[in-house]
Amino acid sequence: MNSREITTQISKAADSLNLRKWDYGASFSNDYSVQVDKGEAKQLKASQKQILTIRVWNQSNLVGITTTSDISESGIKKALKQANIASDFGNKNESTEFSPLAKDPIKVKEVKERIPVGIKKLLTLLREAEVKLIESHESIKSVPYNGLSETFFERVYANSDGAFRSYSKSQAALYLYARAEEKNNKPRSSGSVKLGYGVEDIDIESCIKEASNKTISHLNYSSIKTDKYLICFSPESFLTIINAFSSMFNARSILDGVSLSNENSIGEKLSTEALNIYDDGLHDKNISSSPFDGEGTPTKRLCLINRGRIENFIHSESTARIFKTIPTGHAGLGSKVSVSPDWIVVEKSEENLDLKTSLDHSTYEGEFVYIEELNAIHAGVRASQGSFSLPFDGWLYKNGKKISIESATVAGDIKYLLKNIVNIESSQEVTTSGISPHIWVDELSITGDA
Amino acid sequence: MIAKISNLRLDNLYTGKINKTQMLSSQIKSNEIVFGSCNKDLIEEIIFYGIGLGADFVELFIENTDSSSVLAEEDFITSVSPSFGRGAGIRIFKEKKDGFVSTNDLTKHGLMRSITQAIEMLDITDNKKREEFHGLNKHRDYSLSKRKWINEVPSIHEISEKLLVSTKYLKKNNKIITRKGSYSRSLQEVIIASSDGTYASDIRLHQTVGLNVIASDAQYRSNGSRRFGSSGMPNEFRLWDHEKAANDVFESSMNMLYADYVDAGQMPVVLANKFGGVIFHEACGHLLETTQIERRTTPFENKLNEKIAHESVTAIDEGISEGSFGSLSVDDEGMEPEKSILIKDGILKKFISDRAGELRTGHKRTGSGRRQNYSFAAASRMRNTYIAKGEYSKEDLINSISDGLYCKSMGGGSVGATGQFNFAVEEGYLIKNGKLTNPVKGATLIGEAKEVMPKISMCGNDLELAPGFCGSISGSVNVTVGQPHIKVDSITVGGR
Repeated sequence: MNSREITTQISKAADSLNLRKWDYGASFSNDYSVQVDKGEAKQLKASQKQILTIRVWNQSNLVGITTTSDISESGIKKALKQANIASDFGNKNESTEFSPLAKDPIKVKEVKERIPVGIKKLLTLLREAEVKLIESHESIKSVPYNGLSETFFERVYANSDGAFRSYSKSQAALYLYARAEEKNNKPRSSGSVKLGYGVEDIDIESCIKEASNKTISHLNYSSIKTDKYLICFSPESFLTIINAFSSMFNARSILDGVSLSNENSIGEKLSTEALNIYDDGLHDKNISSSPFDGEGTPTKRLCLINRGRIENFIHSESTARIFKTIPTGHAGLGSKVSVSPDWIVVEKSEENLDLKTSLDHSTYEGEFVYIEELNAIHAGVRASQGSFSLPFDGWLYKNGKKISIESATVAGDIKYLLKNIVNIESSQEVTTSGISPHIWVDELSITGDA
Repeated sequence: MIAKISNLRLDNLYTGKINKTQMLSSQIKSNEIVFGSCNKDLIEEIIFYGIGLGADFVELFIENTDSSSVLAEEDFITSVSPSFGRGAGIRIFKEKKDGFVSTNDLTKHGLMRSITQAIEMLDITDNKKREEFHGLNKHRDYSLSKRKWINEVPSIHEISEKLLVSTKYLKKNNKIITRKGSYSRSLQEVIIASSDGTYASDIRLHQTVGLNVIASDAQYRSNGSRRFGSSGMPNEFRLWDHEKAANDVFESSMNMLYADYVDAGQMPVVLANKFGGVIFHEACGHLLETTQIERRTTPFENKLNEKIAHESVTAIDEGISEGSFGSLSVDDEGMEPEKSILIKDGILKKFISDRAGELRTGHKRTGSGRRQNYSFAAASRMRNTYIAKGEYSKEDLINSISDGLYCKSMGGGSVGATGQFNFAVEEGYLIKNGKLTNPVKGATLIGEAKEVMPKISMCGNDLELAPGFCGSISGSVNVTVGQPHIKVDSITVGGR
């Protein structure tokens, strides 16, 4: 069945069950991926997946939901029946409706259609990349974590009120994590990830070069003294920390009492006036963009922090209604509708006179710690408390020299971090999770050797 | 729905390139996998097809799931989420390479299409050296006594009522600003078959229930959480002592509400039993999976029968403890799980191995081939993993430290590509002169397995297990971690 036929099938089945109000979200995908080990194919993988999530409203306007991978006629009917049963337990305290924007026009990025290159081509490209990466430096002995994949998928949202949206797209990903070994030293590892709409869009050479350079740059390492340091966050690491604490802008988290913000936080000053943060799912550079969210609301650019102050929260249909605003296109379909950011864009505002512009990661000669990548986010972030304690990969810059930090964690509080931003560099960099310049923060604790 | 899948070789079966008379079952009774029925003929045909096309080995993992989850927030049920689904994961081996295809299509056509795709992926064109398939062995049906489980698990109504009572128990003062109780239940029916004759089916039931709170007072905030889980015990949720659990969660959040941040540094620590075992799971257990040997990312690769830990450490991974979250009747490759003594008195004795691990590293399978679901190929994964009990009391361990940290409750953790691990301490107390003193927050334990394992110098006599979910190469699987109280002589504690 195609997506139109599924919609018709759901409509018919709902009629037969006397269910008048329903919506659904579905995704259908074909994935192909390869991994290699020293020139040999290690695992080759292909999958066809289909996931359907159906919501129904009962006569008391309570919502029930069911998710299934069985999109046969009988599977759809069973899903509707189960959702109807689940609606008896629907949330009586917070009603859910269709998004008022579910029929508004959506903006679909024009992207040239890619066709699958196939497993053999993926394998050839990854083998070549592995060889090149190992040959790039004598200390690089292996590429233990690697993969090249391409995915083709379709997403659909439709409801009993006549809304129907669908889009198809493709995405390819390459990751290369090299392992370098030198006598009498600990092994060191680093890597690179590149995304594209198709395999032909991925800059494989730059992925190899980046993985090699990063790995080699960690060969000369040393422990770091436990202390407070001036920190320069790479664009990737700053975006990681903003995403980890995005509950500050999340209306669902606020209503659930797990956010550092509250309903009155709009306008609260969080940071220097030089800081602007947007959520921009439709950004040209966002390979993973989606023109609508799980409730069918169009995706749009939304300012979260304007000149250091909270400007907007991200919303689903129900949170928007409670906050007396409109949905922002950040909902995920579920029994309890989730809310999450799409793609964060960090910018320097025009109000930037208080910044220490001499702090530039490529020219600054004083002592600082450069945090390249933050790790173990799931373990080290307490979003509801605002605290974090995270291992990282990075370097200590001291006396004009750069040395990789052996093993350390950075700890602090997100509000303290935002308030202590001392510079936002001018040049932004595109990463897989958003865009940001390098961000400098004063006085964060680093644990290394005692 | 978008990319078309080649049917190029699908027709081979029907054009005589594979001799149908080779098949043990000449009559195909069903054109689709039917759970609860005999699917032997159809599965044999699929396997014959793959072997006939030149595969060395063909494996099918077919799954039918029925899951539900319930969330209570404050005094209301806010989410009930049922789901069901089915699918198959088909893996073929040619020498040491494997190709894996997953699909939701359980018809003969869908399964044959998938196996064709796997054959094409591995570029198998040499049909001269062909493995033989003598048909499936006698069906090992582990599900017979378990079919009644679906009728014995608690109803959504029963679950909801108990969760609401639980969240009410959490409301002990006005500093508790958020109260949640969650339950999830997964019933997974599996059929496992392969060209070595393996033919097994099973039904697995996993239930987990958790409570968590956020406490707040002025600028102070703390979390408290506990999770409980079981496998194969439909009545377990009814027996769960929710009042005791709620009291424990409440007390933990209150103890931590005004806690200071811990000072960073190197210090001795005592890790509590139960979920304290996550240190061994993260720091060492993952490095004993053969997937790590395949990648050359474990420092223990060539250390079999060598000392890798303090002589007080004996560590076990097994899938047989009744009711434990990581227990199985049969693993996802059709092997009954064994009790594997990984480390005996500090000496490395065994690796955790699956089929691919045995093929590529030579370490015998241990019944540890596991996967989240049909869309993942099985890999060597831990089950119930724990450090065996020693001879000391908890007090002995704490009394032996003049200045250190007691980690009463652990959060999650991870291990990096070069073996560094870290995990968060949810509830910690300073140890001063052999006594527990002030609560501290924000601590992270950081280290490397090969450096920390020799520093586990004392093991308590109070071994207990705790459930958890482990995410790795083959997805998220149910595990238990465990240990008695243990003392680590020195470890890096990240803080402020």
